[in-house]
Amino acid sequence: MSTQNQIPDEDRPSPAGWRVQLTRFREQKPHLFLLLFMVLIPAFLMPPVTWLTLTISGLAMGLMLFIMASGMTLTFGLMGVLNLGHGAFISLGAFAGATVVAFWLGDYAGSSSMLVNMAAIIPALVFAMAVAGLVGLVFERLVIRPVYGDHLKQILVTVGGSIILMELIHVIWGPNEIPVPRPDSLRGAVIVADTVPLIGGMAVEKYRLVAVVLGLAVYGLMIWVIDRTRVGILIRAGVENTEMVEVQGYRIRLLFLAVFVAGSALAGLGGAMWAMYQEIITAHMGDTLMISVIVVIILGGLGSIRGCFYGAILVGLINLYVGYLEPRLAAVTTVGLMMAVLMWRPQGLIPVIKV
Amino acid sequence: MLNTIFSGDFPRSRILSVMLLAIFVMLALGPFLFPSTRAFSTLGMICIFIIVVASYDVMLGYTHIVSFAHTMFFGIGAYGVAMAVTAMGNTFSAILAGTLAAVAVTIVLSLLLGLLSLRVRAIFFALVTLAVAFAFMTLVNQLYTVTGGEDGLRVRVPRELGPAFRPFDGTLRGFSITTFLSGLFTQPWNLGEVIREAMFDVRITGRDIMYYVTFAFSLTAFLLLLRMMNSPFGRVLQAIRENEFRAEALGYRTVYYRTAVVLVSTVLTTLAGVLFALLNRYVNPENTLNFELMVFILLMCVIGGMGTLYGAVIGVALFMLAENYLQDLLRVLGGYVEGIPLVERLVGPEHWLFWFGLLFVLSVYFFPRGIVGLLRLCSANGARRRAFAADENAREQRESQA
Repeated sequence: MSTQNQIPDEDRPSPAGWRVQLTRFREQKPHLFLLLFMVLIPAFLMPPVTWLTLTISGLAMGLMLFIMASGMTLTFGLMGVLNLGHGAFISLGAFAGATVVAFWLGDYAGSSSMLVNMAAIIPALVFAMAVAGLVGLVFERLVIRPVYGDHLKQILVTVGGSIILMELIHVIWGPNEIPVPRPDSLRGAVIVADTVPLIGGMAVEKYRLVAVVLGLAVYGLMIWVIDRTRVGILIRAGVENTEMVEVQGYRIRLLFLAVFVAGSALAGLGGAMWAMYQEIITAHMGDTLMISVIVVIILGGLGSIRGCFYGAILVGLINLYVGYLEPRLAAVTTVGLMMAVLMWRPQGLIPVIKV
Repeated sequence: MLNTIFSGDFPRSRILSVMLLAIFVMLALGPFLFPSTRAFSTLGMICIFIIVVASYDVMLGYTHIVSFAHTMFFGIGAYGVAMAVTAMGNTFSAILAGTLAAVAVTIVLSLLLGLLSLRVRAIFFALVTLAVAFAFMTLVNQLYTVTGGEDGLRVRVPRELGPAFRPFDGTLRGFSITTFLSGLFTQPWNLGEVIREAMFDVRITGRDIMYYVTFAFSLTAFLLLLRMMNSPFGRVLQAIRENEFRAEALGYRTVYYRTAVVLVSTVLTTLAGVLFALLNRYVNPENTLNFELMVFILLMCVIGGMGTLYGAVIGVALFMLAENYLQDLLRVLGGYVEGIPLVERLVGPEHWLFWFGLLFVLSVYFFPRGIVGLLRLCSANGARRRAFAADENAREQRESQA
């Protein structure tokens, strides 16, 4: 008789009522519980149209944060490297993307045709990824490789590396902030007709919708790579136990390098998207975003892609909701959320790595 | 006597001793050696940052606790005094009240952070402190009705500490090192004239009193930390650094020790912030809370030498000199590489931080104990070589006698 046929007592639908079920839901799916909680509470505090607009904007911001943060969390999970220089890659991507959109292909970006616009935007994003990825390659070789396994030195060295990168950005692009005109077809908003009940008159910026779609696509792709491909299985195995993967004859260093480059490229992509979202960039934007990125990866649990996704959405949503209710408290609430989650679950929402 | 003062932990390198002595003399005779206000304020900042960096070193170098919230505590001290003086007028009781409040806030916050670090893994601590420090800075920026926001606060110090106050009439004689040195290089034949030119009159004002208070506090704090790190308490901290698990197995409650060291370090930093507010007389987020400042503290600590305390002194002095004078040097260097497109801009005076970042990364790789570690290594090698040579000599003599 197989054990699978026996349903353990606690899994059987019990008549104990919704309280027990809620507790079980809270304990087993903390990320969904927190997300629902976060989305539903503000719904009572503001009109539905505002709420929906904020939710979509929060999703857009969260997904951009996810793209930036995913690289850092993977690098930590797989290689045990805490890369505090990640912010510099975000800045780098933003500047590289801005160069294409604002200078090299500025004419395409200024055109009113969507197709021509795309001819500027897609190269910009690709270029941002390429630059950040290439610099990531050099960074891993020169800066991080000598200090694998030593957390203190990693922290110090990556902080030093980020100073150098930031100064290089200053040297190449100058110390001033650069305006990044958003391409024409991404400007403006989608407006829901007044006749639609409840959400009539709602206006959502087009760019946010694009960011949501792009972010979801990246998330889907990543989940697919990690869950369904050979590389993905190696990455998951590496997160679980690096030595075992090495014993099987895989060159784990190569995998490390690939993941680091991919993570840097994603940071660059996120940076470029953020540049077009803010329409103005400074070299220090990476430092500021880095704080959100850190909150995201701690919330999600270091090393977990799914956790990073939910953490990013939570941070995006709370930023927008609190920003609407009391703008001054947005940053403090974000950090407060992180502290609260840490008190509740010290490993983050979806922990993957052992202590 | 010396053994008591230095708690048995000597510089252990001749070059290092000379450097430390030079720094000590410069700081002790500060107002009598440097007539310019720029140099004078640099000296004050060196005194203050010696406290900050030495107390950071106690956490980073001796216990391997990486915290990015050190500037937060510095800012709490500075803002505590600034806000108290703004609210209660420029009296000593206001300063005292501000200091006490700041220390109380610091103790509560660092206990909270310490508690949190019990719940999470060590590496989280760095990230959590980074986020908390950022939230604190944002809060200070946003609550501009109390803190002045980005404009900051002007600190009106009591009259006794201001430039208008003269404790006694008459002047003292000072000897300007800068004038003397530049004269020595440009017209060495004319030494008497140069020396006469270098003399200048010093009027002791309240600013000098404030400077000497800072200096005395800095010296006391440094020697106190040296004492602590060479006590059984300090040994336990180093044991935690080397192998926390083992230290715990030996029966030390590592949690208590870690919390205690964080407390000592943050309270000293808060007091340094108080002195900063009184000496600089202007407090804003840029000069007390900025993340860049935190990175500077890290740079000073690591380049000087982690886990040595003397490294803090050397690192601070070097960094302050670089911040103020490396730019001039780079400007001169820039003249040579003019015309080479990228290099020309890299050597530009505004990119001095690039070179410091490079030095920082290289120092983490090649001499993780910083300048002090390097000097000690050199002198230890020298001593070993000398001992070896003496051995050889003795053997040769024995052989020749036999």
